[in-house]
Amino acid sequence: MARALINVPAKARKGDVIEIKTLISHVMESGFRRTQTGEAIPRDIVTLFTCSYNGEEIFAAQLYPAISANPFVTFHTVATESGTFEFKWTGDNGFAATETAKIVVE
Amino acid sequence: MTSGWARLRRLAPAAAVLAAMAIVTASAEIPLNERRSGYADLGRETKAMQDDDTANPGMLAVLDGETLWSAKAGSAGRSCADCHGDARASMKGVSARYPAFDAASGRPVNIEQRINLCREERQQAKPLAYESRDMLALSAFVGLQSRGQPIAPPDDARLEPFRDAGRETYNRRQGQLNLACGHCHDDNRGQRLAGIVIPQAHPTGYPLYRLEWQSVGSLQRRLRNCLIGMRAEHYAYGAPEYVELETYLMWRARGMPMETPAVRP
Repeated sequence: MARALINVPAKARKGDVIEIKTLISHVMESGFRRTQTGEAIPRDIVTLFTCSYNGEEIFAAQLYPAISANPFVTFHTVATESGTFEFKWTGDNGFAATETAKIVVE
Repeated sequence: MTSGWARLRRLAPAAAVLAAMAIVTASAEIPLNERRSGYADLGRETKAMQDDDTANPGMLAVLDGETLWSAKAGSAGRSCADCHGDARASMKGVSARYPAFDAASGRPVNIEQRINLCREERQQAKPLAYESRDMLALSAFVGLQSRGQPIAPPDDARLEPFRDAGRETYNRRQGQLNLACGHCHDDNRGQRLAGIVIPQAHPTGYPLYRLEWQSVGSLQRRLRNCLIGMRAEHYAYGAPEYVELETYLMWRARGMPMETPAVRP
């Protein structure tokens, strides 16, 4: 399982705009590089990142070969209710990772 | 043509004087109160990356290291934690003291070599390769426990000849560009080389995450990079020359706070 670091505020007031930061360990091999003997190194990247808030998708991003290793994705949303964020990364070679984070909205 | 030659001949003594000055100044160390970490020259975004533990990609290696710390390894079936306990207490300030003198080999060892000595002697496990994922993870995890601590090279007379050898290597011209480390990092510190600020070469944050590498790397990887840039022959990982250089560089940075895992461009 790939390592991931999630930063979601533990508490927020209803209606607050909150920042969510995510970082996942991944080589993001572009597929354009070659070994010293000239063989192509096959592409191995994360292709899709999604975030859902209590089951509803609130953010998604498609990732491409030009994105660096260990992709860092940060975005904002409005705190509406207490609950769980679920983060999902999927990619080449069946890569899949999931993380969750809880928030209390007062 | 002739006037060109004549001008060159007139300039020759001046060039000789400049060259002599370069040799003299190469050994001038930076005054202690003028030292600055490479962090001070980072851009705003890179600083923010290093400062936030959920944005610093070096922390991914630290997390791996934390798992390895309590994983049993080798035929002794022992983990690091079985002897050293909680790293937050037992490893505090340890990386800030290395390289330290190893009585058995009669030489200084750096933190990576110390980890491998433990693996071989206590865990009866195979040593980890330099720059391998596990070695970087463990040294980053151990290094994190010294974050904020001042670099404190041991006050050990046995280290002195090795520190001097490191200083000698640092000030020795090498490679096709005929440069010594000090020509950039002492004499031209703070100036620009192809738009990039030349740092003072204080190893405050190793192992660190380098954006160019897209991974964590050790101080020896950085030294290797510099030697390649100078068109000099680089040493093998773990070579005595590297450990001597590390011994000198840590002494040169004594008292500066550790930043492991740092982020650098």
